[in-house]
Amino acid sequence: MEFFERFAIPHPSFLIYVAMASMIIGAIVIVAGITYLKKWGYLWREWITTVDHKKIGIMYLIVALLMLFRGGIDAVMLRYQLAMPENTFLDSQHYNEVFTTHGIVMILFMAMPFIIFFFNFLVPLQIGARDVAFPRLNSLSFWLFFMGMGLFNISFVIGGSPDAGWTSYFPLAGNEFSTSVGTNYYMISLQIAGLGTLMTGINFMTTIFRMRAPGMTLMRMPMFTWSALIANVIIVFAFPVLTVALAMGTLDRLAGTQFFTTDNGGMDMLWANLFWVWGHPEVYILILPAFGLFSEIIPVFARRNLYGYTSMVWSMIIISVFSFGVWTHHFFTMGQGALTNSVFSITTMAIAVPTGVKIFNWLFTLYKGKIEMTTPMLYSMLFIPLFTLGGVTGVMLAMSAADYQYHNSMFLVAHFHNVIIPGVVYAMLAGLTFYWPKLFGFMLNEKIGKATAWIMSIGFVLSFIPMYITGLDGQPRRGYTYSEASGYGTLNMVAFIGAMIMSVSFLMLVYNIYYSFRNSPRDIGDDPWDARSLEWATNTPIPEYNFAVLPQIKSREAFWDHKYGGKDKDLFAGQKIERIHMPNKSGVPFIMNVFFFVLGFCLVFSMYIPAIIAFVGVLACMAHRSFEDDHGFYFEVEEIEEIEREKRGAIK
Amino acid sequence: MAHVDTSKPLEYQTEEGRLKILGFWIFLGAEIMLFATLFTCYFVMEGRTGNGPTGAEIFEIGPVLIETFVLLTSSFTIGLAIHAMRLGAKKATINFMIVTLLLGAVFLGVEIYEFYHYAHIGAGITVSGFTSTLLTTLGTHGLHVTFGLFWGTAIILQIAKRGLNNVTANKAFIFSLYWHFLDVVWIFIFSFIYLKGML
Amino acid sequence: MKAKMKGTFLAALMGISALVLGACEPLLFLDPKGPQAQRQADDTMLLIYVMSAIVLVVLVILAVMLVKYRASKQRPDYEPPHIEGSVLIEAICIGIPVIIVIFLSVVSVKSNYIVEAVPQGYEDTEPLVVYASSSNWKWHFSYPEEDIETVNYLFIPAGRAIEFRLYSYGPITSFWIPQLGGQKYAMADMETTLHLAADKPGEFMGRNGNFSGVGFAENTFNVKAMPQAEFDEWVEEVHATAEPLTEEKFEELLEPGHLGTSTYTGTHLEFSPSPGKHSSHSVKDPDAEEHSSH
Repeated sequence: MEFFERFAIPHPSFLIYVAMASMIIGAIVIVAGITYLKKWGYLWREWITTVDHKKIGIMYLIVALLMLFRGGIDAVMLRYQLAMPENTFLDSQHYNEVFTTHGIVMILFMAMPFIIFFFNFLVPLQIGARDVAFPRLNSLSFWLFFMGMGLFNISFVIGGSPDAGWTSYFPLAGNEFSTSVGTNYYMISLQIAGLGTLMTGINFMTTIFRMRAPGMTLMRMPMFTWSALIANVIIVFAFPVLTVALAMGTLDRLAGTQFFTTDNGGMDMLWANLFWVWGHPEVYILILPAFGLFSEIIPVFARRNLYGYTSMVWSMIIISVFSFGVWTHHFFTMGQGALTNSVFSITTMAIAVPTGVKIFNWLFTLYKGKIEMTTPMLYSMLFIPLFTLGGVTGVMLAMSAADYQYHNSMFLVAHFHNVIIPGVVYAMLAGLTFYWPKLFGFMLNEKIGKATAWIMSIGFVLSFIPMYITGLDGQPRRGYTYSEASGYGTLNMVAFIGAMIMSVSFLMLVYNIYYSFRNSPRDIGDDPWDARSLEWATNTPIPEYNFAVLPQIKSREAFWDHKYGGKDKDLFAGQKIERIHMPNKSGVPFIMNVFFFVLGFCLVFSMYIPAIIAFVGVLACMAHRSFEDDHGFYFEVEEIEEIEREKRGAIK
Repeated sequence: MAHVDTSKPLEYQTEEGRLKILGFWIFLGAEIMLFATLFTCYFVMEGRTGNGPTGAEIFEIGPVLIETFVLLTSSFTIGLAIHAMRLGAKKATINFMIVTLLLGAVFLGVEIYEFYHYAHIGAGITVSGFTSTLLTTLGTHGLHVTFGLFWGTAIILQIAKRGLNNVTANKAFIFSLYWHFLDVVWIFIFSFIYLKGML
Repeated sequence: MKAKMKGTFLAALMGISALVLGACEPLLFLDPKGPQAQRQADDTMLLIYVMSAIVLVVLVILAVMLVKYRASKQRPDYEPPHIEGSVLIEAICIGIPVIIVIFLSVVSVKSNYIVEAVPQGYEDTEPLVVYASSSNWKWHFSYPEEDIETVNYLFIPAGRAIEFRLYSYGPITSFWIPQLGGQKYAMADMETTLHLAADKPGEFMGRNGNFSGVGFAENTFNVKAMPQAEFDEWVEEVHATAEPLTEEKFEELLEPGHLGTSTYTGTHLEFSPSPGKHSSHSVKDPDAEEHSSH
């Protein structure tokens, strides 16, 4: 019995039992459904073993949407708990678990897969490639990420969720003050998912450097690809720091080392430094691709080229360099002294300059344009003012002396939601709406889409503007309750109402998908928005090899010029179809990561013998890969011609 | 796609091979960040010895010199292996790789002895901030070497079985990059951990 | 017009926030009672003005663009021109933010040195040294010169500089009395210093600002600033009435949980000293490990 006791939740409650039951029922329904529909084979052949960047992208998308709802439910619970003074909906321990998982789920398991979905789906199409550089590695990346996500999410039904905040500062997260296995889950699942992200970074850097279509110089790349390149460079340089920090945290918790302990020479501040040396660049890993998406969408609906392409590129490069030099602003109050604070205050404020350049360039892209307010454009236009508000409050927080007051207050919470929601989430939803027809062959309903954007924005403003005010009034973050006398009640109730309105908008998004699936016309062609870049030159649905012949690029907006008689009118002309080499499917990445999952789970509970067995399994899969003689396969010319003819002879 | 450019060395002949080499260089960039982080932590924690010993008290020059000598030599022999590979000498390639891995194994043996010794004299990984960081940094390098032994063995077997072609040559070349990299890391460990600690 | 709708929407919003900021009871941060908090509140107000101006500029440009260049306002055959960008306009877009950032940097650096030093106007006073240490989830205030210690409440003389020396017997916490000045971390392996002063007698809220586990939300304390004479009286009274703080008693106090207020003579510094001051970035510090943590 003792063996099983460790898997029990240390602090159960009715809500957790409900969640547990719904998870189990959900799993049974899914398994039964797939069995009944006899889809296991299909699932294995078409999805689990796939190495196609488009399908892997879609799997990232599904995970991101699922996690958006999980993190969203967490958020609503938090806001409901705070809606009234001295509310008893959640107790302190649960509140701590919920805000911890909300943070991690939203940043690492929602925003990250969402942007990686866009990397996967868009980058090869935008540069005219047939796949990423290492398709097998791409599949491995996804399954690493997926298993990390899965491991993290089972924490609240087996063993207990992490409860030391998403920043997981030591010594609070150490064995002395966090006795449940929750923080083990944090350390190990983030490690596994982080490895996947690192592999993604290497893969996409190689892809973008080496697989661009003939004629596409770096300065002719679409802006999203530029942002993806820079984000992946940041990934490659920032994630190893997280790897080290998590490894040290794991050793402290499992092996009793003294990295972040408070005696025997341990140093709790080291964790905070390592975490934010990774954590701040991580913010830019999220926001730069978001900027990239807005830079794709705004020109399409202003029907004009992007203003200031060169300065857009340079501002991103400067942001990426600076992103590694500002981490201390997350703890101005740690006592580094005035000099250190001044340096980091200035570097932080300096980032506002290239960001401002981007805002103005988007505004000037509208100049003399012919603006159509479609749903993606509406998100973009709501993004500009709301994100500016978040940006300028960021400058306020960068004033280190004044930050002594803002730090750890609701003002800070309002700020980072104010950049991440209008910045990242709006970009993701705008991008999703924009690319939906390319993904699935039908458009999302515009009316519902626009209403969603408006309602989301109203909900957003109601949720977060009050937090700025209660923050300035001294309401600390992460406090599960406050007294009536504090006077925070009214504004927190407003924030809760805002959160409910935002929830409605997310449900509308789901409804829109359902409604449009039922009602939208399917004969929309390959380029329904009259867009500008190369991904729209493909057929819908996109054949596995993307492009039957490789495009020859002569300008920045090759596809637009091709359509409207610019330099690129012979984008595909004069080229013979040749046989196309493609990679084979493989189930090994999935199997390897099942071992990884078992390994992680056993480590969480310090069960070392099964952990070693699982690790041997991982090594066996790697050895299998090494010895495998995999030459891929070919699409023969006749096959390609057949496919292309079926899609209305798209070789123009 | 499977275009073979015979004017280039064997490992660079296919596009796939070239991609892998570039990708591996980027991976080494990430590895540099990993070790740079470990070194930074080590410099921060160097003096935080708690109740445990300091570096000067535990470092012994003998084993460290053996490790350094063995690993530097192995870096030379993997270079010879790649040279032989370029000349198309399958047998010499294999032999030099075997020598490399044997030297790696000797290195690892000495390092295991070193760790055992530390644990024995009261400088185990749980003793202080300093020992934790020291042994984690050394251990990370050691794990890389261990992994290299398995990986190198797999490549030797493949070359023996399939001969030198643009796939196996590519693998051997990438392995040599990895091995040289570990050697460079060791030079940093030797200079900034052992020498600095002993002086 | 949706653009106009949005304009009004956002204007209304800013109006509401301005109303809340101005009309109701002043917000805690903007109602300072000491020179450090005053500086921070002044910076905050300055920032709010500058930042509102920036937001306004963006809003105006956006509104103009959206109103003027909508497809519905243009001929159906209008084709937007290709515009690469203009060096002059982009120089302006970089130049003005650079000037703003330089201006704010100067303010920021000045403020940093001000909040890190003895409060302005109090340089002549002899600062009162108070060791404020946190344990789960309490605050211990030791007055070494007065040789007394309190738990969960803090009496200070008004009109005199106070030098807080902060450390923790557990997770990282943050010592914070918003109306006197911003917070600073209290950590187990390094002592930090926070300079504050209260201009006038009064009562203030103090708390731990940094999440430290289950008892975090209630980890607060009351601060009372009083005239020096009254403070001296209180010290005498404590010496006359309070029990001495023994090591066992202190160990008991450190047990996790919440306690009410209590008062002792003597301080815990004698048997459980502060970890001492050393920068987090110094590599070698011989006395780093001197303190044995309880």
